[in-house]
Amino acid sequence: MEKYDAIIIGAGMSGMAAAIRLAMFDKKVIVLERHYELGGLNSFYKRGKRNLDVGLHALTNFAPKKTPGKPLTKLLKQLRLPYETFKINEQKGSQIVFPDHTLNFNNEIEFFISEIEKEFPDQVEGFRQLLHKIENYNETALDNEYLPAKEVVRHFITNESLLEMIFCPLLIYGSAWENDMDFSQFVIMFKSIFLEGFCRSEGGVRTIISSLKERMDAVGAELQMKTGVKEIISKDNHVVGVLTEKDEEIHAPLILSCTGFPETLKLTGLEEKLPRTGAMSFTETILFLKEKPVDLGQDSSIIFYNNRPHYQYQKSESYYDHESAVLCFSNNFNTDDYDEGIARVTFIANYDQWKKLERKEYVAKKKDVLQDSIAILKNHLPKWDGQFEFKDVFSPTTITRYTSRFGGAVYGSPDKTRDGRTPIDGLVIMGTDQGFLGIIGSILSGISMANYHGLQS
Amino acid sequence: MDTAEVRQKVLDIIADVALDDDLSDLDDSVALREQLDLDSMDFLDIVMELKKRHKIEVPQEDYPQLASMQSCVDYLTPKFNQ
Repeated sequence: MEKYDAIIIGAGMSGMAAAIRLAMFDKKVIVLERHYELGGLNSFYKRGKRNLDVGLHALTNFAPKKTPGKPLTKLLKQLRLPYETFKINEQKGSQIVFPDHTLNFNNEIEFFISEIEKEFPDQVEGFRQLLHKIENYNETALDNEYLPAKEVVRHFITNESLLEMIFCPLLIYGSAWENDMDFSQFVIMFKSIFLEGFCRSEGGVRTIISSLKERMDAVGAELQMKTGVKEIISKDNHVVGVLTEKDEEIHAPLILSCTGFPETLKLTGLEEKLPRTGAMSFTETILFLKEKPVDLGQDSSIIFYNNRPHYQYQKSESYYDHESAVLCFSNNFNTDDYDEGIARVTFIANYDQWKKLERKEYVAKKKDVLQDSIAILKNHLPKWDGQFEFKDVFSPTTITRYTSRFGGAVYGSPDKTRDGRTPIDGLVIMGTDQGFLGIIGSILSGISMANYHGLQS
Repeated sequence: MDTAEVRQKVLDIIADVALDDDLSDLDDSVALREQLDLDSMDFLDIVMELKKRHKIEVPQEDYPQLASMQSCVDYLTPKFNQ
């Protein structure tokens, strides 16, 4: 039987990052990935000759080269990757579109403030004070208390419409809670989206995944694909190793898992008191268009759209909710490396409803998603005739099939473990359920959990 | 090993840890943290690299000795020659 210093469950962003850190300092590490592709929640696939990305629409946390102390520069340094590795391009600009107000924003916070000034002039002072609080808050302290963010933000923002518009992108790009988020999480998301901002890797998520993979190979981290973990073995409340789905036993005194908090604990045989399964899941429609969005009258990178008087970020009652959506035009970043136009439309969905569908109903329901996506897109692509070259739609059950997340919950459980610890010694959670989100957040999570549990002790 | 060689060994490590920093104008008497983008996580990397490459252990209470290039060289030269 093989013995390692550490076993990593899942070759998601955090799993690959943790493997690099541990192997860099001569730890014997193996990564076990159930799927045949790397990346986990942020991955890619091919249909026909087209490359498709799944997961977050954009990278957050843009930082120019040599900006000290920012998440992006920090993670590149910790992984010893030159700044140029991720081939980062900034967004052109994004929008929050609500029934009575539209706010534009880009990676310069003063521009966002000027937009707030136009739409909500009496809120600017409060917004500046909120900004001051956010800039001075240590959101990554492992011992922060959980605080509902809306309660805190209401001290500064007294207009509910503006409050909902500020929360909308932050919630839908990373909250496992419905309608609110933990204040530390809010600060992380606010900084990553409004202060640092959106960007995209030329070549999409593949560029990031392949550079992490190359680094893993260079430092000697082992990787086994198509190897799911069936059981986490422990003795006297300390991890011993894993049993794979191929019935192979692998031992290590440290197991770092990026397959989710409830999902990981379930593997230990624990049946009771599992962390809750997240409620938030989504459908996504990806359309390839003959023309570029900019030629069809749209130059925004991402549009956060809501058609209700009050924004609802909660599990939808029906299969999906087309009263709100996120639209992403991947061409609209500083470098456009696509031959075709691309539009992605995300709806909040209901996993339980999708799970019940028979094959035929499922296919029909995906057609409905497509039609509703096209209808919303037409409103935002004024010169588009509704024709497309290629489409794909995925649902909450697709997410579970490829990522092993319970309930198709892309933002994981509402119960996070900030220091990564679990009831079993040596078993550590990283990634989404450690509380850092998005691609940049997950990579940082893997780094910090590897440092904290694998290198410092 | 003389001090110039020790300085080079330390510089090699810093060059790898702070990949995007320019080290050509480094002032040996000024704290590294003030000249380069290095935080506590990066200093830990320097300590781990010293152990990995040169089998030199730096106990936690001695971390302040690594503040500037000059103090690194002063502190590490005897250790390189042990």
